[in-house]
Amino acid sequence: MASTAAKVGSGRNKTFMAILIPVLVLFCAFNTFPLLTGFFYSFTDSKGYGAFNIIGIQNYLDLFSDARVLNSYLFTFKVAVVATLATNIISLMLAIGLSSKIKFKSALRGIYFVPRILGALVVGYVFSYFFTYIVPAITGSESILASTEWAWVAIVIVVVWQACAQTTIIYITGLSSVPEDVYEAGSLDGAVGWDKFRYITFPLIMPSVTTNMVLVMKDMLMVFDQIVAMTSGGPAQSTESISYLIYNNGLSGGQFGYQCANAVIFFILIAVVSILQTKFLNSKEEQL
Amino acid sequence: MAKDKVKERVNWPVTILLIIGLITIIFPLYMAVVIAFKDPSEMTNDIAGILSLPSTWSLDNFIEAIQVTDFFHSFMNSLIITVVAVVVSVLVHSLAAYAIGRNMDHKRIFKWSYYFIIAGMYVPFAILMMPLVKQTAVMHLDNMVGVMILYVVFYMPMNMMLYTGYLRNVPIALEEAARVDGASTWTTYWKVIFPLMKPMHATVAVITGLAVWNDVMTPLVIMGGQGVNTLPLAQMNFQTAFSTNYNLAFASYLLAMLPMILFYIVAQKQIIGGVTNGAVK
Repeated sequence: MASTAAKVGSGRNKTFMAILIPVLVLFCAFNTFPLLTGFFYSFTDSKGYGAFNIIGIQNYLDLFSDARVLNSYLFTFKVAVVATLATNIISLMLAIGLSSKIKFKSALRGIYFVPRILGALVVGYVFSYFFTYIVPAITGSESILASTEWAWVAIVIVVVWQACAQTTIIYITGLSSVPEDVYEAGSLDGAVGWDKFRYITFPLIMPSVTTNMVLVMKDMLMVFDQIVAMTSGGPAQSTESISYLIYNNGLSGGQFGYQCANAVIFFILIAVVSILQTKFLNSKEEQL
Repeated sequence: MAKDKVKERVNWPVTILLIIGLITIIFPLYMAVVIAFKDPSEMTNDIAGILSLPSTWSLDNFIEAIQVTDFFHSFMNSLIITVVAVVVSVLVHSLAAYAIGRNMDHKRIFKWSYYFIIAGMYVPFAILMMPLVKQTAVMHLDNMVGVMILYVVFYMPMNMMLYTGYLRNVPIALEEAARVDGASTWTTYWKVIFPLMKPMHATVAVITGLAVWNDVMTPLVIMGGQGVNTLPLAQMNFQTAFSTNYNLAFASYLLAMLPMILFYIVAQKQIIGGVTNGAVK
């Protein structure tokens, strides 16, 4: 009896191993392996083709004194922070509106979600036209896409326009999970308007805030499609995101090894920001 | 009593504000539509010329855009890549999550595998991109097959987390009953567990499908410049070649957006539900 059970058990284990091993091999071959290769190339002067030398940490040293690289980090973080805050504030307001007793509720929710399903590249092209022709025609000024000082604002507007859709839906879900009786208890204590939001609603939807902050921030740090569509990093490299710089100079600029080093730093930053953000925001969550 | 009173009263100020707010969503789409249907000669330099309704609703721009971007070809490529990536992801990721989820609490190798794969969520494409361009070229995978394999790998961490999370709520007693009846683990999975995970399959299909359909970077670096286009790649190539004819360009953009908009109209509930589940879980 015991031996039969053991046999059945080992057959089950064999099946599980037979599933696990090919999946791990696949994952390692196209994720872990290129990650390690990229790490290796970051210590070389490879141009992406031909022979190369191992040059130690020279690429990393050079990165820290490279104005173009530093600018791309500044630009990316500026866009990410501003866009993450703007997206969350606008989405939370939209979600509160869309959760109240309104007419055409499902139609409104449906339309506000549309930007989420559209491709960022094509949306970028449409907005590029909007900023190049429509806005200057109204304001009579030059297009902000041509301004080294303001082009980043156009990028923020486009990414926020798209990111609000999903963020709003997540907030709506969060708001709907706040039990009605909490509000009733709160209103007995005299909590209305801003106080009600500040002291009752907001702490209770903190899990949604965490989710949205982390998701949006991570997406924004990797901004790429909108840059390709709207500015190609210009004018004067003022809107070069980290991903765009790595793509552009690494694959066609002869900086393969150098941009691999940049990508390693970028990878570490993404991991650190996501983990810190989750830790910080989780500590603010309150349980009912 | 109090509840009924709240329910009766429609909040009109908020309704009206939200309707006004729709301008931000609808205006860019309106602009795309009117420009796409217009003849280039109607495009005067003032804003009225751009934004007024076309004098005749002509499909000429669309017909030309279909030819110039080789629309049906790119559309089919996008469709094949998306469908294959979604189907394989649902089959492979759910199966892998089953093997890992059912063992990770008591077997170290499965637990480590879980965290190893999940950690992949923090790996940006930017760092994999350059080595993968070389690797796929050597492996003769710098084509649609390679792109599909990459998607299955890239979305594995996220989907693995979703599926293992869902499996925690599927009682183990169900498969034990099947096992007592003599079914193998493999059969039990496909006959009992796989159908039970249907809600999660929908979520995984929606988020993987949306991401793959709209992705630019992967096909761009893996199979760019080979004449094989996905819909977004076709827009990109078109942009470099015909950037000055905006009427043609907007017809092309609309064509690129149309399949997803139609799909959204048909499956709005599933798409919103999938996106929500995928993010909240």
